Amino acid sequence: MNEWPLWEVFIRGQHGLAHQHAGSLHAPDAETALNNARDVYTRRNEGVSIWVVKSSDITASSPSEKGPLFEPAASKPYRHPTFYEVPDEVKHL
Amino acid sequence: MRLGDNALILSQRLGEWCGHGPVLEEDIALTNVALDLLGQARLWLGYAGELTGRDEDQIAFLRDAGEFRNVLLVEQPNGDFAHTMARQFFFDLWHRLLLEKLSASKDERIGGIAAKALKEVAYHRRRSTDWILRLGDGTEESHARMQQAADDLWMYTGELFEMDALDKEMQQAGIGCDLAALREPWLNEVSRVFREGTLEVPKQSWMQRGGKRGIHSENLGHILAEMQFLQRAYPGAKW
Amino acid sequence: MTPDEIFQDRIDRGIKIEPKDYMPEGYRKTLIRQISQHAHSEIVGQLPEGNWITRAPSLRRKAILLAKVQDEAGHGLYLYSAAETLGVSRDQMIADLHSGKAKYSSIFNYPTLTWADIGAIGWLVDGAAIINQIALCRCSYGPYARAMVRICKEESFHQRQGYEILLTLCRGTKEQKAMAQDALNRWWWPSLMMFGPHDSESPHAEQSTKWKIKIVSNDGLRQKFVDQTVPQGEYLGLTFPDPKLKWNAVRGHYDFGEIDWQEFKNVIQGNGPCNRDRLRARIEAHEQGAWVREAAMAYAKKHENKAAA
Repeated sequence: MNEWPLWEVFIRGQHGLAHQHAGSLHAPDAETALNNARDVYTRRNEGVSIWVVKSSDITASSPSEKGPLFEPAASKPYRHPTFYEVPDEVKHL
Repeated sequence: MRLGDNALILSQRLGEWCGHGPVLEEDIALTNVALDLLGQARLWLGYAGELTGRDEDQIAFLRDAGEFRNVLLVEQPNGDFAHTMARQFFFDLWHRLLLEKLSASKDERIGGIAAKALKEVAYHRRRSTDWILRLGDGTEESHARMQQAADDLWMYTGELFEMDALDKEMQQAGIGCDLAALREPWLNEVSRVFREGTLEVPKQSWMQRGGKRGIHSENLGHILAEMQFLQRAYPGAKW
Repeated sequence: MTPDEIFQDRIDRGIKIEPKDYMPEGYRKTLIRQISQHAHSEIVGQLPEGNWITRAPSLRRKAILLAKVQDEAGHGLYLYSAAETLGVSRDQMIADLHSGKAKYSSIFNYPTLTWADIGAIGWLVDGAAIINQIALCRCSYGPYARAMVRICKEESFHQRQGYEILLTLCRGTKEQKAMAQDALNRWWWPSLMMFGPHDSESPHAEQSTKWKIKIVSNDGLRQKFVDQTVPQGEYLGLTFPDPKLKWNAVRGHYDFGEIDWQEFKNVIQGNGPCNRDRLRARIEAHEQGAWVREAAMAYAKKHENKAAA
């Protein structure tokens, strides 16, 4: 069988946020993947910029590494604004 | 009216593909083109209706074939995917050139609709061009089918550039444009894409004409019989 | 704890399972079956409605219907993608559909005979589907749940446009109203069948519920559908084809008659009015598209080589 390869689609919406994973699709090449992404994933005006990446080119972290990769960040609560105690009277901080 | 009929009939043809495309992604893409064209048809026919005191549905559903003004190219059957794409490619290239001119029309409404449609059609052209290249320079079979489709449809392309009395009048009024002048850039673009797609530009042959005057191929009667069925079977009903 | 116990514990704590996580083989297989069946239903589901695109009675209705059928293709695509994260290819799933190994929702084996059927499909069939899909937004498999969220968001207009079609018909001429009533007569029972057999007859229900890939029971969802749909039908001034249908104040629900399970089984076994047509249409589209897919692949390879050279 000669199935078209799978691509992952990332879309940046109107609001200045970074590209987000929207889903995947099949396409024979990058240009067609981009066209298809536009037709499949922006039918409701969802995006202003699209990236497509071959799924096989993505290296993903494996669940067994979840500990070493993400737990250190979880133990650094001081990176989050809610870590700090601010009196209620102090506004706009 | 001519612009609206072109968009409407081609959209009707593309709608026939729905659920039957060669791959799911393409099904969705073809429907997008059909939806764009249908939207354009509604704008053109809506405007024509304002000028003649009818609404878009009366114009679309209650005229008989002889009153339709679309070119013969758009009413040709879908055939295989190569025929659909050849038809689309020939039409898109012309459509884009035409809309570019019309977006500068002295009639503001026409200019506005053309400018809006132009953005959609620029994308249609990109898609159909991509498919001409892929089918032309794909496998032996796809090449043969693509060439056959181009040869079969070539005789319907002449009509696109024909200037009749109405076209000339509109051009002089600064509302329409010189269709004959679009022929050269159109042919250049066809030649460029065909060369890249290893296809031969069909040799000049006899060009069919008549759609713009209401003399259509047998296809249109069948298209309308289907499209207009409910409005005709239940006169005056609201849907 | 064994891997299976850890897995179940995660599900119990409401943690989503993601593609590379450990999962029992049964979970994977059941999900593939369920998601691909759902995807096939969207794809085959294009056909009965597509049947009326070229005959839609106004340009507005034509545009709405085109957009809706296109959404269904999109939803099929999202679902195939979700299933692909479990290690099965779309080609394989399509091959299973064509060979008859995989099923799709039986509702699409009924014909669309009049324009009112397009209204009935939107109102009843999509209405029933949405009830099921909203529940599935909370299912335990991440990619499936995310696909469901997206689908539910996009489908919200589907049911409304169907109801609007019927409302217009019911306010129209006598013939139009009769058309609407006829559509309700034909689509009501098949819509109730969409929720599947009684829970007591449902072979995989218990395990699926434990795995949270089935969230609410078949009978529970069916009751919910009846409760919300009957008042809508009464507003239209239509009569439901079920003499036993009536409000039960004690239960706080509508009572309704027994489904004809013989018909249900019969249609699943391939004897519905359109089973053959639907499958043949899909197989033809796939086979006739083969040369197109091959050509695009061949082109991509040629040009990849050129770019590399």
